[in-house]
Amino acid sequence: MSVTLLAVQTLNGLQLGILLFLIAAGLTLVFGVMDFINLAHGVQYMLGAYLAVACYQLTGSFWLAIILALAAALICGLLLEFLVFRHLYNRDHLDQVLATFGVILFLNEAVKVLWGAAPLSLPVPELLDGSIQLMANFAYPVFRIALIVTGLAVAVLLYVLVTKTRVGMLVRAGATNPDMVAALGINIRRLFMLVFGFGAMLAGFAGIMAAPILSVEPGMGDNLLILAFVVIVIGGIGSIRGAFLAALIIGLVDTLGRSFATDIARVLLPPATANDVGPAIASMLIYILMAGVLFFRPSGLFPVRSA
Amino acid sequence: MTGPLFKNTVLPLALFAALALVPAYADVFDDRFVLLFFTRILVFAIVAISLDFILGLGAMVSFGHAAYIGFGAYAVAILSEHDIWEAWISFPLAVAAGGLFALLTGAISLKTRGVYFIMITLAFGQMAYFTATSLSVYGGDDGLTMWGRSELFSTGIFNGDTSFYYLVFGVLAAAYLLLRTFAASRFGRVLKGAKQSEPRLEAMGVDPYRYRLAAYVIAGMIASVAGALMANQAEFVSPAYMSWHRSGELIVMVILGGLGSLHGAILGTIAYMVLEEVLSGYSEHWRLVFGPLLILVVLYGRGGLMGLISGQIGRKSQGEVDQ
Repeated sequence: MSVTLLAVQTLNGLQLGILLFLIAAGLTLVFGVMDFINLAHGVQYMLGAYLAVACYQLTGSFWLAIILALAAALICGLLLEFLVFRHLYNRDHLDQVLATFGVILFLNEAVKVLWGAAPLSLPVPELLDGSIQLMANFAYPVFRIALIVTGLAVAVLLYVLVTKTRVGMLVRAGATNPDMVAALGINIRRLFMLVFGFGAMLAGFAGIMAAPILSVEPGMGDNLLILAFVVIVIGGIGSIRGAFLAALIIGLVDTLGRSFATDIARVLLPPATANDVGPAIASMLIYILMAGVLFFRPSGLFPVRSA
Repeated sequence: MTGPLFKNTVLPLALFAALALVPAYADVFDDRFVLLFFTRILVFAIVAISLDFILGLGAMVSFGHAAYIGFGAYAVAILSEHDIWEAWISFPLAVAAGGLFALLTGAISLKTRGVYFIMITLAFGQMAYFTATSLSVYGGDDGLTMWGRSELFSTGIFNGDTSFYYLVFGVLAAAYLLLRTFAASRFGRVLKGAKQSEPRLEAMGVDPYRYRLAAYVIAGMIASVAGALMANQAEFVSPAYMSWHRSGELIVMVILGGLGSLHGAILGTIAYMVLEEVLSGYSEHWRLVFGPLLILVVLYGRGGLMGLISGQIGRKSQGEVDQ
């Protein structure tokens, strides 16, 4: 367990946390404001990655691809809202689960038909290629650092947007009591659509950012969706601050757990057992954490609605 | 034809009668595939009705119900690995293991509500899943192959295709009757009452927590029996039995059928698995059709298949359910 490895894994954990935050932010807003369980949020992340690859193949420029893919992700999100989701806002959660499950099946398959089942990748742009020497014998890829920085910038932007602007105030009010907001003469439908499109774009952005470092393949959003749900539940549904904190915790715990659980288990257990138990414990860690948090704080760390 | 008599008596009787005739059909048309396929469907139907019992009746949306399939399946498979094939030993053990897990996790989960409940049951399901992947002695990630099926007093009831079908059918019928009896009793009324308004129940001096926990444990035990049957059916177990995808599928089956009637869950399971089988026969991209179909069922067929059957289609009934 060297210091270099610890530093690398901490940065990797931070990076996973940032990605999770970008996905969880939209999910928690959509859930908090509209009381809508959107299982299809994970495929919107996947869609972002695929759109980035497609736009790159079309234009040959990474930067142009980002902008085009972002716009396309926003359009896809709004299209989904228009076709499916807006008919489900007044339904109970189970109807929403069933319908958005249908959306997952459809989009995962559609992506397979359009781009094939084989994993694709997006090359890292020249400007961000290579690594930086952070310490003696410790280099870290520039692109991953850029990812962390961009993610943090988006988090700050989101924080300002939600806490300092009028739209943000409406969103917060909507998360606390949507009926009252509607009663005060705010067009809640348009607010919903705005939040939804914005959330879809954030998820798409996460997908675009992940495309150069993870393989782009059908179903890549499914596991991340579950992690994002873990994040918003720990953070408290509807809370951006909670989502940010929980995303970083989950990112770090999961990444560090995976690299060090076996070593730690070896201290306590015979090596053969530790080799079996270590990975299992590492995979379980975030779920143990979530169960623990919910046991002591049944509405997450930063509950928004005092129900 | 749409009265409660039809919905609650004629329909389930017809359903079970049709299912009882499947082996005869398979015999006449010499169609072994249909028999094996419906054996698998009925095993899943057992899990689905146990989930409907807590989800439909008590509004407890468990997102980790597949874990109990795993407990049942692994109990049978692990014992078979130690050369213990007697069902009188393995099945009670399977039920005990599933019941104990349900008791421990339910006691914690039921402190939470709504989405938090969904997620904490998912968490416990995932813990069970990852525990199974770490059992390297019993196959770990790759799963464990059984070199035969369980025995009942050394008879071959598990081995014949038809006899095994009727065994599964019998378990399904027994579980259905048991859960229906519970649902109609005071126990079931408390569960339904707690779904509508907990404060009112508490004001009447009833603590819904204990009833919920009891229902949760019963559902877990029944799903474990199904898991034990599933291990016998496939002669193989693997952690994939407990994956969250499987739990999600189970929820979809139950909602597709229509909540709370129990036989709706059986219908939903049949519809889901038959549709999957038929569509995948046409094209490997069958999900392109299946996904939108699910969305259409939600948008236009309120209350799932049971809702469609009893004629409550479209917007007319929407107000009643929502408000």
